[in-house]
Amino acid sequence: MIKKTNMKINVHHVTRVEGHGNINVTVKDGKLIEAQWAVVETPRFFEAILRGKPHELAPTLTSRICGICSIGHTLASLRATERAMDIEIPKNAQSLRLLAKHGETMQSHALHVFFLAAPDLLDVNSVIPLIESHPAVVGIAVRLKGLANDLCDLVAGRTTHPVSLVVGGLSKAPKKADLEVMRKRLVDSLDDVATAVEVFKGLTLPDFVRETEFVALKGEDSYPWIGGDLVSTDGVVKPEDDYLAMTNEYKEDFTTSKFTKLSRESFAAGALARFNNNYDFLCDEAKATSEALGLAPVNHNPYMNNVAQLIEIQHAIVESIEMIGELLDDDLKDICAEYEVKAGQGVGAVEVPRGILYHDYTIDDTGTITKANCIIPTTQNNANIHHDMAELVTQQIELGKSDEEVTKLCEMLVRAYDPCISCSVH
Amino acid sequence: MKYLGIEPQKVRVGVFDFTGCEGCELQLSNNEGSLLDFLSLLEVVNFREVSSDEGQDYDIALVDGNISRADEVERIKEIRSKANILVAMGSCACFGGVNQQKNRFEIDDVVKEVYGEHKVETEKVKRIADVVDVDLEIPGCPVSKKEVERIVVNIVTGADIKIPKYPVCVECKQKLNTCVVDLGQICLGPITRAGCDAVCPTGGVGCLGCRGPAEDANFESLKQILMEKGHSEAAIVERMRFYGAFNDMVG
Repeated sequence: MIKKTNMKINVHHVTRVEGHGNINVTVKDGKLIEAQWAVVETPRFFEAILRGKPHELAPTLTSRICGICSIGHTLASLRATERAMDIEIPKNAQSLRLLAKHGETMQSHALHVFFLAAPDLLDVNSVIPLIESHPAVVGIAVRLKGLANDLCDLVAGRTTHPVSLVVGGLSKAPKKADLEVMRKRLVDSLDDVATAVEVFKGLTLPDFVRETEFVALKGEDSYPWIGGDLVSTDGVVKPEDDYLAMTNEYKEDFTTSKFTKLSRESFAAGALARFNNNYDFLCDEAKATSEALGLAPVNHNPYMNNVAQLIEIQHAIVESIEMIGELLDDDLKDICAEYEVKAGQGVGAVEVPRGILYHDYTIDDTGTITKANCIIPTTQNNANIHHDMAELVTQQIELGKSDEEVTKLCEMLVRAYDPCISCSVH
Repeated sequence: MKYLGIEPQKVRVGVFDFTGCEGCELQLSNNEGSLLDFLSLLEVVNFREVSSDEGQDYDIALVDGNISRADEVERIKEIRSKANILVAMGSCACFGGVNQQKNRFEIDDVVKEVYGEHKVETEKVKRIADVVDVDLEIPGCPVSKKEVERIVVNIVTGADIKIPKYPVCVECKQKLNTCVVDLGQICLGPITRAGCDAVCPTGGVGCLGCRGPAEDANFESLKQILMEKGHSEAAIVERMRFYGAFNDMVG
C-alpha cells in the first residue's frame, strides 16, 4: 500500500449543507499538519437583538434563526420564557407542540437523508438526477417530506416559521376532522418508511470509527424531545438549568461558530446521540429497523447518523399516530394558559433535528427580555466534526487514498452531521 | 419533453444565499405536490444548499438573505454581472428582515455581547437593492412557495408578474377569520401587502408586516385605532420595525 505523502484539500463552501463552511486539509510528508472545519457564515447577533424585546415577540424572532428547525427554536424560546415566568401549559397544548416538533423532525430528517446525503451514496451531485434514475426513492422522499410539512402546517399554522405556537400554549387548535385525515396518512406512510429501510439495506456507508462522547436529553419514560435532564454516554448527568456546564463554549479564530466540549476535546449531539443515549425508549418498530440496518448503541461511526435519522422518522410517525388518537378522544378547547407577567430567568432545552438546542432568557417585571443566550446543536457538533476530520484524514492517508477520495469522505462527514450552519452563527 | 420534435431550452436558474436563515431557499424544495413539475421547467445550474453543481451560466438568480459583510458585497456584484434577471427573495433580501434589527445597536456592542473580546467581522445590515440593481422583489418571511413558483413560471413563459397591492385584510376576510384586532391583538394586516393568504391572523396571531406596505397604507389611522384599543405607541412601532419593511414610516 502506498502511503499518501502530501495532500492539500480546500473545499470552499461545502455544498448540500445549510449555510457556509470550508474544509481545509494539509498533509506533508505523510503527516497530518491540519484538518480544519471552518464555518465562515456571517453572524446575525440574535442574542444582542433580543435585548429589550417584549417576551411575546421572542419566539417569532428566534424562529428566524433557522429556516429548517424554526419550530424547534420557537419551542425552546417558549420553554425558556414559560420557565422564567412559571407558566404551566395545558396538557393538550403540550401534545400539540410535540406533534409539531415531530412534523419538523420528519421533515428535516427526510430532507437530509434523501435530498442531501443520498446523492453521495448513489454517486451523483444532487437529488435532481435521481428523479430519473431512482424515481421510487425520490417519490418516497417527496411524499414523506410533504406529509411532514402538512403535519407542521396543520398544527403550527406553517412549517417554516410557525405562527400558532405562542406563550402559554397555542393560539389555535387544529380541526379534529383534519387530525383524523392526518392520522390515516401517517399510518399509510409507514409503508414508505419500510421501503426506504429496504433501500438503505443495500447502501454502504463509510466504515469509520472514532470514539466519541454523545450528549442528549435524558429520557425518563419515553424518547425525550422537550425538556428534562441532560445526559452523556461518558456518564455525565446534569439538570436542564446547568446547560452551560454541559456545553462549555469557547472560540477559535478560524471559525465564526463557537466550539463546545464536555468530558473530552469535543462531543456529538443529534439523532445518533439521542439513539445512543435513549435507545431503550424507541418504539418496537424503530428497534426492529435499527437491527435490520445494523445500528446498536453505543455506535461511534458518525456516518451512521443518517441511519439514526431514518429510525427517528419512523419513531416520530408511530408516536404521532398515538398522540393524535389521544387528542381525538379529548376536546381541544383548553390549549392556552392565561399568565401573569413577572420577572425571572429560564432555560429551555429541546431536542431539535440536529441535537439539543438551548435558549436562556432573563426577563424583567415588564415582560421585557434583558439578557439572552442561545446554544445551537451545530455549534456543539462543529468541534466534533473538526476532530473527526483529523482522525478520518489520518486513517485515509495510511490507506493511501487519493485526494479526490479523501475530499469526498470529508464532505460526506460534514454532511453526516447535517449541520445547520446559519443556525450555529445566529 | 419535446414540442414539434424539438427539445425546448430550459431556463437556467441559480439560487444564492447571503446572511439569513435560508428558509426562503428551503421553500423552493417544499410545495411537494408540484415540486417535480416545477423542476422540469428549469435547469438548476447552481443551488449550493441542495446540489454540488456550481454552474456560472444562469439566466435568473434567486437571492435570499441580506448583506452584512464585505465579502458578500463582492459576491452579490458578481452574481449581478452574470444574471439577466436578479430576484430578491424574502424579507431579508427586500427589507433587511429581522436581521436589520441589529442596526439599532452599535456594531462593537453587538459583537461584544455575542463574542466577548473576540474580533468578528460584520457590518450594518443592507438590503440587496442597497448594493446592486434588483429586477424583482418577492417579499415574505418566509416567501410563499406558491408565489415564488408562480412568479418563476411567469418569468419563464413571459407572462405578467403580479404581486397583490391590496392589504392582508382582504385575504383574511375571505377566510372568514375573526379579526384579531377585535380579539385584543396588534395586527398590521390593514397596512401590509397581501399574498400570504393571511397565514398569521388565520393562525390566531397578528400580522407583523413581513410583506411590506400595501398601496396607500394609512399607518396613522391604524395607529390611532390600535391606541384607542389600549395598545402603546411603543408596542405598535416595535412591531412595525420587526422586518424593516416600514422603517420609512416610523424611522
